[in-house]
Amino acid sequence: MKLTLSWLKDHLDTDETLEKLADKLTMIGLEVEGIEDKAKALAPFTIAKVLTAGKHPNADKLQVCTVDVGDGGAPVQVVCGAPNARAGLVTVFAAPGTYIPAKDFTLGIGNIRGVESRGMLCSAAELQISDDHDGIIELPADAPVGAAYAAWAGLGDPVLDINLTPNRQDCAGVHGIARDLAAADMGKFKDPAIKPVKGEFPCPVSVTVEDSKLCPGFALRLVKGVKNGPSPEWLQKRLTAIGLRPINALVDITNYLTFDRSRPLHVFDAAKVKGNLVVRRAHDGETLLALDGRTYTLDSSVCVIADDHGVESLAGIMGGELSGCSSETTDVLIESALWNEINIAQSGRKLGINTDARYRFERGVDPAFMLPGLELATKLVMEFCGGTPSDVVVVGNQFADDKIIDFPLAEVKRLAGIEVSLTEVRRILNHLGFAVAGQAPVVKVAVPSWRSDVHGKADIVEEIVRIVGVDKVPLTPFERGDAPRKPVLTQMQTRTRRAKRALAARGLTEAVTWSFISKPAAEAFGGGQAELALANPIASDLSDMRPSLLPGLIAAAQANADRGSPDLALFEVGQVFKGDLPKDQFMAASGVRRGVASSAGLGRHWSGSAQATALDAKADAFAVLAAAGAPMAGLQIATNKLPAWLHPGRSGAIQIGPQNVLGYFGELHPRVLEQLGADGPLVAFEVMLEKIPDPKQRPTRAKPALELSAFHPVSRDFAFIVDRKVAVADIVRAAQGVDKKLITSVSVFDVYEGKGIDPDKKSVAIAVTLQPRDKTMTDQEIEAVAAKIVAEVTKKTGGSLRG
Amino acid sequence: MSNLANLQSQILADIAAASDEAALEAVRVGALGKKGSISALLATLGKMDPEQRKTEGAAINLAKDAVAQALAARRDVLKAAALDAKLAAETIDVTLPMREPSAEAGRLHPLSQVWDEVTTIFADMGFAVAEGPDIETDDYNFTKLNFPEGHPAREMHDTFYFNPKEDGSRLLLRTHTSPVQVRTMLSQKPPIRVICPGRTYRSDSDQTHTPMFHQVEGLVIDKGSHLGHLKWILHEFCKAFFEVDNVNMRFRPSFFPFTEPSLEVDIQCRRGKDEIRFGEGEDWLEILGCGMVHPNVLTACGLDPDEYQGFAWGMGIDRIAMLKYGMSDLRQLFEADVRWLNHYGFKPLDIPTLAGGLSS
Repeated sequence: MKLTLSWLKDHLDTDETLEKLADKLTMIGLEVEGIEDKAKALAPFTIAKVLTAGKHPNADKLQVCTVDVGDGGAPVQVVCGAPNARAGLVTVFAAPGTYIPAKDFTLGIGNIRGVESRGMLCSAAELQISDDHDGIIELPADAPVGAAYAAWAGLGDPVLDINLTPNRQDCAGVHGIARDLAAADMGKFKDPAIKPVKGEFPCPVSVTVEDSKLCPGFALRLVKGVKNGPSPEWLQKRLTAIGLRPINALVDITNYLTFDRSRPLHVFDAAKVKGNLVVRRAHDGETLLALDGRTYTLDSSVCVIADDHGVESLAGIMGGELSGCSSETTDVLIESALWNEINIAQSGRKLGINTDARYRFERGVDPAFMLPGLELATKLVMEFCGGTPSDVVVVGNQFADDKIIDFPLAEVKRLAGIEVSLTEVRRILNHLGFAVAGQAPVVKVAVPSWRSDVHGKADIVEEIVRIVGVDKVPLTPFERGDAPRKPVLTQMQTRTRRAKRALAARGLTEAVTWSFISKPAAEAFGGGQAELALANPIASDLSDMRPSLLPGLIAAAQANADRGSPDLALFEVGQVFKGDLPKDQFMAASGVRRGVASSAGLGRHWSGSAQATALDAKADAFAVLAAAGAPMAGLQIATNKLPAWLHPGRSGAIQIGPQNVLGYFGELHPRVLEQLGADGPLVAFEVMLEKIPDPKQRPTRAKPALELSAFHPVSRDFAFIVDRKVAVADIVRAAQGVDKKLITSVSVFDVYEGKGIDPDKKSVAIAVTLQPRDKTMTDQEIEAVAAKIVAEVTKKTGGSLRG
Repeated sequence: MSNLANLQSQILADIAAASDEAALEAVRVGALGKKGSISALLATLGKMDPEQRKTEGAAINLAKDAVAQALAARRDVLKAAALDAKLAAETIDVTLPMREPSAEAGRLHPLSQVWDEVTTIFADMGFAVAEGPDIETDDYNFTKLNFPEGHPAREMHDTFYFNPKEDGSRLLLRTHTSPVQVRTMLSQKPPIRVICPGRTYRSDSDQTHTPMFHQVEGLVIDKGSHLGHLKWILHEFCKAFFEVDNVNMRFRPSFFPFTEPSLEVDIQCRRGKDEIRFGEGEDWLEILGCGMVHPNVLTACGLDPDEYQGFAWGMGIDRIAMLKYGMSDLRQLFEADVRWLNHYGFKPLDIPTLAGGLSS
């Protein structure tokens, strides 16, 4: 919402400075986003007269002009590219050293194709006063050469730009803004009564409203014998200042009252209206050529004003081109109506039309001002264009009685923490147009017709607090009291935090990627279901909720490789979606490693330059699981049911029994990488943090007692020759199973394939630690256990002890 | 010089000349071995008369001791030299560069770090952390939050929708984390003190808007909390988060459907070329919105607005992260460029604590 200072002063008697008014507006909830002071910004631009204009010797489209800049000195030579530069033209001149706002540079003495240019003749666009850049500004011949242009042109009226919140429709008019300022002690509100203009004949056009829900009120009047020309200069300047284009007096009046009173109006050229007006729903397929020059096809959800020709106007949104007012108009029908807010919003959205009228009607205009608005418009029409007014035709306009709110004064203290006296409450509310009756502790407050946003006690508190000033509310310490000092994070929040730091501690870098990915990428990872596809994605590759973090990470890895970082390790801990219900959203921890990116570190190094392998991804997954509190001893690796996005021979599932798969790791399937446009190989893991079983609750923080055996542990090494396909985990499990109490650890310290071993075999060496509990073991006892281990491993794996 | 003296000085010279332990051993055997020269002299004592034996014996034993001492001393020297030589031969190049420790090389995204910072500050004030789903119902995202059907305030949120279900309802991506407040009020009895951090979505994209972003909201519901408490909490938060002794904040009346009164909050700052300093300067920077929970919201969540009251606030985690750590372009937060992440990310051991400081 824009307004000028002088416009504000039409409604507010004030001596306050612009800055103070602007600050106060911001502090009462009408945030001033900008103040534009053209007179200040354009001070160096002066009025000048072109004396001669001749062809540039070296350029067809340029002219060399001599210009009288009015400083009493010799004429100045300026090279100008504007086609309208000509001898005798009075225009706007910028001397060297002037800052040109639109071009964001400071003018110097130029040399343009070999001709010196000591300044510039300016277009309106260069001064940012309009979009007109077809040529330099043309001023009347009698404009004072040498004078400051902006002051002469009346651009000295500063423009305030207010970021209006959607609840304050009443402040979509300068009048309402002035009322708020007056309540905040910034001056005296000027609110003279609007006198009705007496009709001199009956209005020849009648109005039928088919659905009073869509149109609660409609007022119409004819003014005949008008002469429609340009509106007065002061009005044109105001409209221009707030960014509107003056058209003709009748149209300018409607625009003026829209911004002055937040009262949109419409004017029809009565000669182009056939028969009577009817307010109705459009018929499906009806069309209207609107004032913006576009033709709209309508349906029955849109409310229109029609005559015997058909639709003449989109109710409350935009008028029709054919019944619009032009300089030929002699009889004008002025419409002032009330429209259903929701219908206006829906129709405007559906038709894609944003107008100043729609903005106000969809927020709810003051119903009580429908008739005064029409009277005010009539008065201006007669003032600018003459003419004779008819009686007013009114349909509907039954707005409810004043809303009365029982307001306990203690509410102010209860909600806002500040005491405000009844006197002050009454003063503020009265200034804002509310009536206050009764005495403490509960008063009755009547809400004015223009404040449809005020419904209850809390709204009244807001009115009082914003005028008193929120800065007056004292800071009040918020004691945490004696509530238990328990950790505030849930188990999943703690897991998430620990997973992130565990992965970063392994040298991976955390990325945050989009929650939505392309449909093919989602499908490649088991997603892409209809219920997870956005109806209105912002881009076609951000269309489906991600079933996995990996597509985002794979794309990120490729993008980084393309930028010159081929060796990298990325992870993300974030939400993934298996369905559209809350229970279908999971927290995943995933990562990818690419290139020379083993657990040892990224990039080539003298100490080793290993490519990342599936087992590096396994180590990442295990780091997450350990940090998140998974029972590590119970984890198994399965290779028999892998998802399709993994390499079938270099991947594994991490599970606690076949029913609970916690995650996967391995090399990504080359076909999937190709689908996603990524170069491989790439290794990855994915852990679902929700799948980790809950740990047992412990009654105390004390750790279980430490049991230290008095007897020396015994270690024995074994090497087995087994088929290459035998899983090392099976060897370890077989050895461990021999005596779960006695055998405290089985570690794998060598795996060898190659010279000395058959090609389809491998050698696996394990160290088994025996921990006797109650006596030292004899050699025979140790040998007996060793023999059992050999027998068990041989039996379970088909291998043999290496000789 | 006597023969003995000659012999002794010869042996001592041989000892001094021995260049390694083997040569020294040969000298020892030659002098003190069974057939050594000094051993031979000692063997002659038996044939001497007692008087001569006494004087000669003493002389020979003196010579023997001198030789033994010299041998021991020379052996120590040679042993030390041999060890020195061995160690010298074992020299390695200690200037070889080490790999950066993994815990120094890895990075946390700045959002994770700021998330932890915010949680730490509010946990100290007694706030729990509540979370909810990203895919929400229209009811929780709008209607219960006092956005009437068709109200223009809904248009302030450019909402991502899913396709309508058979019954006409359609799910959406939450446009703010406020539905978590609704879920909290519906499931917990007051007093309530929670923060609701989370991922949010709006169909908007430019330098300062991304279709996905992050918010943290706060909610207090009890029987006495008012605007003064709200202002205090936000002051305390800003001081702690921006790690400054003082902040100047400006609370401006504004409008949100779910609060009444509603306020927007600006923080005073000085904008430099690459940084923003808080607690000084002339500029006001908008950082959050807040207000007293609207009676309609309380009612919709099953609370009597005449009995319970409270306040809520919401701010962009991305935004406060950018302000604090000097990141200029929101979009870069989600581009996963490792150069950016290495520069703006945090090391895993940089864990924000109140005792040790939020950032180091």
